[in-house]
Amino acid sequence: METILSLKNLHKKFGGIHAVNDLSFDIQKGNVYGILGPNGSGKSTTLGIILNVVNKTSGSFSWYDGNLTTHQALKKVGAIIERPNFYPYMTAIQNLELVCKIKGIPFDKISEKLKVVNLYERRNSKFSTFSLGMKQRLAIASALLNDPEILILDEPTNGLDPQGIHEIRVLIKEIAQTGTTILLASHLLDEVEKVCSHVVVIRNGIKLYSGTVDEMVASHGLFELKTDSDTEKLMELLTKFEGISAIKTEDDKIIATLNKPVSASEINSYLFQNGIILSHLVKRKPSLEQQFLTLTNKN
Amino acid sequence: MLRLLNIEIHKLKHNRASRVLIFIYFVLLTSIALIAAIKFDIGPVKFHLADQGIFNFPYIWHFNTYIASILKFFLLLVIVSMMANEYSNKTLKQNLIDGLSKKEFVLSKFYTVILLALISTIFVFFVSLILGYSYSDFTEFSIITTDLEYLIAFFVKLVAFFSFGLFLGILVKRSAFAVGAMLVWAMIEGFAKGMLYWKFDTMVANVMQFFPLEAMSNLIKEPFTRLSAVKTVAKQVGEDLSKDFSVQPKDIAIVLVWTAIFIYLSYVLLKKRDL
Repeated sequence: METILSLKNLHKKFGGIHAVNDLSFDIQKGNVYGILGPNGSGKSTTLGIILNVVNKTSGSFSWYDGNLTTHQALKKVGAIIERPNFYPYMTAIQNLELVCKIKGIPFDKISEKLKVVNLYERRNSKFSTFSLGMKQRLAIASALLNDPEILILDEPTNGLDPQGIHEIRVLIKEIAQTGTTILLASHLLDEVEKVCSHVVVIRNGIKLYSGTVDEMVASHGLFELKTDSDTEKLMELLTKFEGISAIKTEDDKIIATLNKPVSASEINSYLFQNGIILSHLVKRKPSLEQQFLTLTNKN
Repeated sequence: MLRLLNIEIHKLKHNRASRVLIFIYFVLLTSIALIAAIKFDIGPVKFHLADQGIFNFPYIWHFNTYIASILKFFLLLVIVSMMANEYSNKTLKQNLIDGLSKKEFVLSKFYTVILLALISTIFVFFVSLILGYSYSDFTEFSIITTDLEYLIAFFVKLVAFFSFGLFLGILVKRSAFAVGAMLVWAMIEGFAKGMLYWKFDTMVANVMQFFPLEAMSNLIKEPFTRLSAVKTVAKQVGEDLSKDFSVQPKDIAIVLVWTAIFIYLSYVLLKKRDL
């Protein structure tokens, strides 16, 4: 598989703040990647570095196995950063024409892309008259102008209303279906879970996890248990049970994480035989959100 | 190069403020011709400025480039705002992400500076030519083509001045403050000049000629004392105003070095900054 982008031991320090700390990962063609992390975890900085607007402190990154310089590679990339930035005094079309001139491509895709993002009717309105959602959609149109091989999106739904969020998500999914590689930075987990195939989790600039979304959520699941009688004894019994790796209490429930397949009836009969009657027993698969919280709270 | 120029012109031509300022600038350049209309007709005293020899070839080259270079402040506003607006609209960041390199970005601005200076020079050339043909006492080809180096000096002066503006625009990122910084710098130079004259009477010009704004103003010296009418008056009061009014290659060299420094510093500044 072709590697589009590869980061090696990337560091970025802003004064005393270590915003990106020894970050390494590869982006393969055709996948949809999510970069997950809480606010201020270094997502935008990382994207800034690979997009040539933030200078790295040390480490390296290369586009297309180093066959292209960053500046050449960016012409094959479509990117949107936190906020849509355009010339307020130009119309949608004029702004897109400028992008075409910078990327060195003809103007003939402009109408098509404006239709894709539903802005064709407003093509001759000045950018300054657009709402945030329209500005964000124009940014997407601009990023799609060159039919990019990789689309980089930084918090594309930030600040949008539910309808706008929905529109952008549908758009991203449609783009992903065309086989475009996507790199999506977000702190919205369901967004990443719904759209991405791979995920990189970072916190405080340090990579905590990188791999497929399936692997990340994959586990033998967990049990939620509750008893009206002896909670202490229940905990003790669970610790002894083979196949349970961790136990913790959450509100009034006990959460038991499994490290091998165990059915609900197995655990129920084991506890019943030992004199515990459960008032609540649920077997669940963890969501990406739980896995993310587990990852980011550890360490 | 044409691509970079094309990008920058696209940004300028859709900006109403820039369009208006550039238009006013060229209207003002044309209005140099209006000096020709200055006439006092008070009974026995008849004074027609155009008849005093200011439009004589080759003196007109000196006079018009000097007057025209006063108007450069209009274009300075355009240049500084075209730079500073890239920061305030954050479009600089977007341009870089879209695939413009930092070097190309600075070059596109610099090419625009050269283009504007070139158009101004050509414009002044034609305005002067027309005025000269209308009012000059001599219209022989050999006289017309003497002292054309004032046009070169004019061009170099504009390029340097706008490059300074460009650099300040990148440095302070806000148009108003950049223009302010230019004024502050002019004051610093004035202050330095005053201090130098106070401490050492001689040699001051030798030091001052290396300051950017002073070097630019040295390129085209004031033309008024060169007028024969003024000289005659001066001679009557016992002043000798004869000095060298020609364009000095050394001054051109100093100004060109400053231009290179400003553009290079702009690039270094942009490269070092995180956006």
